[in-house]
Amino acid sequence: MAALTSVEAVTTPRRIAAGEFTATALCRAFLDRTAANDPGIGAFLTVDAEGALAAAASIDARVARGESLDALPLAGVVVAVKDNLATRGLRTTCASKMLADYIPPYDAHVVGRLRAAGAVIIGKTNLDEFAMGSSTENSAFFSTCNPWDRTRTPGGSSGGSAAAVAARFCQVALGSDTGGSVRQPAALTGVVGFKPTYGRVSRYGLVAFASSLDVVAQFGATVADAALLFEAVAGADPRDATCVERPVERPDFTRGVAGLRGLRVGIPREYFRDGLDADVREGVRAALDALAREGASLVDLSMPHTAAAIATYYVLAPAEASSNLARFDGVRFGRRVEAAELLGMYGATRERGFGAEVKQRILLGTFALSAGYSDAIYGKAQRVRTLIARDFTEAFAQVDVIATPTSPTVAFKLGARTTDPLAMYLADACTLPPSLAGVPAISVPTGLGRSGLPVGIQLVGPVFSEVRLLAVAHGVESLLGRVGAP
Amino acid sequence: MAMTPDYEPVIGLEVHAQLRTRSKAFCSCMVRFGDPPNTLVCPTCLGLPGALPALNREVVTLAVRVGLALGCTLRRRSRFARKNYFYPDLPKGYQITQFDEPLCEGGFLEVSQPDGSSRRIGIERAHIEEDAGKNIHGDGASHSVSRIDFNRAGIGLLEIVGRPDLRSAAEAAEYLRQLRAVLMAVGANDGNLESGSFRCDANVSVRARGDTRLGTRTEIKNINSFRFVQRAIEWEIAAQVATLTEGGAVAQVTKNWDDEAGRCHVLRTKDGSDDYRFFPEPDLPPLVISEAFIAAVASTLPTLPAARRVSYVRERGLTEGDARLITEHPSIADWFEALAAQTTDAKRAANWVCNLVKPGVVTHGLNATFPLAVPALAGLFARLDDGTLSSTIAKDVYAKMVATGRSADAIIEAEGLRVLRDEGAIEAMCRGVIEASPRQLAAYRGGKLALLGYFKGEVMRASGGRADPRTLDVILGRLLAV
Repeated sequence: MAALTSVEAVTTPRRIAAGEFTATALCRAFLDRTAANDPGIGAFLTVDAEGALAAAASIDARVARGESLDALPLAGVVVAVKDNLATRGLRTTCASKMLADYIPPYDAHVVGRLRAAGAVIIGKTNLDEFAMGSSTENSAFFSTCNPWDRTRTPGGSSGGSAAAVAARFCQVALGSDTGGSVRQPAALTGVVGFKPTYGRVSRYGLVAFASSLDVVAQFGATVADAALLFEAVAGADPRDATCVERPVERPDFTRGVAGLRGLRVGIPREYFRDGLDADVREGVRAALDALAREGASLVDLSMPHTAAAIATYYVLAPAEASSNLARFDGVRFGRRVEAAELLGMYGATRERGFGAEVKQRILLGTFALSAGYSDAIYGKAQRVRTLIARDFTEAFAQVDVIATPTSPTVAFKLGARTTDPLAMYLADACTLPPSLAGVPAISVPTGLGRSGLPVGIQLVGPVFSEVRLLAVAHGVESLLGRVGAP
Repeated sequence: MAMTPDYEPVIGLEVHAQLRTRSKAFCSCMVRFGDPPNTLVCPTCLGLPGALPALNREVVTLAVRVGLALGCTLRRRSRFARKNYFYPDLPKGYQITQFDEPLCEGGFLEVSQPDGSSRRIGIERAHIEEDAGKNIHGDGASHSVSRIDFNRAGIGLLEIVGRPDLRSAAEAAEYLRQLRAVLMAVGANDGNLESGSFRCDANVSVRARGDTRLGTRTEIKNINSFRFVQRAIEWEIAAQVATLTEGGAVAQVTKNWDDEAGRCHVLRTKDGSDDYRFFPEPDLPPLVISEAFIAAVASTLPTLPAARRVSYVRERGLTEGDARLITEHPSIADWFEALAAQTTDAKRAANWVCNLVKPGVVTHGLNATFPLAVPALAGLFARLDDGTLSSTIAKDVYAKMVATGRSADAIIEAEGLRVLRDEGAIEAMCRGVIEASPRQLAAYRGGKLALLGYFKGEVMRASGGRADPRTLDVILGRLLAV
């Protein structure tokens, strides 16, 4: 049944309804492939075979009863979910010892939407602890390997979800993207990673890292698959006050390459300076040349505050994280380390329960917010964030989309950057600015570089321009072709 | 307590008032008291990983009602902030509150003084925040066990920060009473100090009289009765004066009031290390209120206690004291007004409400149960007006009405309690008493005129209290004078 694992998500409900295969058979194919191959990859923290098969069986039962699947846009689609999204009754660890045994009593909004859409949730994927990292090496449990080269990282923090889609352990996957955590691993594993506008998808049930930046994001083998998942989970939710009431439209994928004619593509020069791998430089350049040949106009741009994004992000995100992670104090979460008095218990529990990167960011964030420093550090970062957002507003007055590399490098070796946090933070240099601006962005594979590793191009659109951005991404994908499976 | 005249106390109160909403401030859990622990909870108010807050509109409505009632400036765009600190009853490790952009700022409360004048006490700000859970220490079997009940966590609070304008413990207690009356009048709070839905912290300092600088202050936390507020502040003032008089310095500490011991205890020292790392709450957009919303809320505001007090005194002739007592609870004021509308003498009605009715009223938050209905008491007043009853008998009848639930007329009829005006009958009783009291008669006629009271009392007793006092006076005077 190897062929079943290459079935696209977008055709799945139709083909199940037509009786080509059953949801159960599809689910089993992915479960078998995962069981056979994930031990060498480490994409999943939890595989929920029982839950997945039960969900698949209920789809098959509908078909057997002659019921339509039209109301279930994800009927039978096999989805993996990053392990920082709450799943009722299913362990949700955030790849942290703090939550090693935590079983949420509720579903995240997006997980509820998946179930309501008929999806089959196969399991929970690995990540950097609390989504803090760019390589999935900060997981408290194990690192995830890149299916293209198992000595390399799949990127992060949603490395498990990216690897699961790339290795065909599932059809599509949910991740979370705070500063690039879906786009960067998508680029490094040769899949599509889509971060919608901040506020487009409810964060209810997404364990917060940096609340003003966190976005529930989608992985697919194709733009259409990622878009299908996006449509299923996007939309207003009264439980998330930052989630907007705005209809989610269906992107037009009928025009393909033709839709690129006349498109104004901004090329911000700040993203093409030093530090790009040759593979990345050549891959993105070739993609842009191809776009120009199809009638898109490439517009040279300057976005002057780009270089400040890393410093800005590494003030704001840790500041919010230091507060968001305060609840993990041994009172209700985390393995409590007993001490003579309360403060001692807090300290010992948090010392033991959090990994080094998480502790580093909590310390950074606590410092940034502390009295006497808050305005000079946190306040200034907020002001710079406004300037970065303005760069985008001004750019979109001239162009329809902005194109940049997704990651400055191809997948790097596991362990290569774990001792050098600044080198690790550079991995997000291209993905941070759109996160700070709240605008939607998507990473589409441009192909394999000379290293044999995937390269991604990042396309960025104005706020709430998802429909247009996805259509453009689909055009680019049609033009460049898919990278295929490793 | 004697005050050294050289020192002036400076007091500011911070009140935390639970907002009377049906559901909590940021989730849809019910607000209710007395339920089993941790049954009114959800992912949001438990601070479960991933859960988010969504603001309850009712919280804003009630906060705006209070803001308007206290004459505050309402920020059209206010913001929520996180106050970060670790404590077991704080489920998220931070409290959602408002910090540098609160909803209400710069109001005041006219606090009426015993002499009928009033003093304007400033309100610095009033802002929305969420309540914490409740730590419960010891479980009967073991003292080392602590549990947490999160039913209270996430209930909307309005923190009302008063300016340090109060100058005595008694004035502070009066401010608190009148602030509570305002909150109850607008329906924002049930005014229950015992159950903790209305809580007070007092900042107290003293300074040399004439000095304009503020002295070092101490904070007395969570005082849960009006009496304790007054006693605690009095004690603290005396303690600070004693310290200063002895040449010492007041330490900036947080204390609590121990009523049994009759003193404050130091809870912790404030060494300036409190750093709550406030920052804007990223999970909630700024709170924007429109002119139309404010106007709609304003149009539903009731007459406030201060205005009621003034009109009671000016238009109905009540004493300042009665007016204040009646306006302490909105239901009592409503009840009084209904009674006054059905009777001729508002001042008498106020007297009865304060002395007889109010002690028998059982309040349950904003609800009040009265010992009898307004028309029932109005019926009794009618019998006073037409002379059927003397005020002495009327009080007996009132007691019987409350005890039996019967009307005044029914009781008068059944017990023959009408005033006795029959001159012949009264004269017969007078003669009987005089004949039975030869010694007193001789003394009276010998000049001991004070014995008139004795004769009156005896006749009244013989009549079962029913003899019309004026008729009695006339007849007795005539008979004794012979």
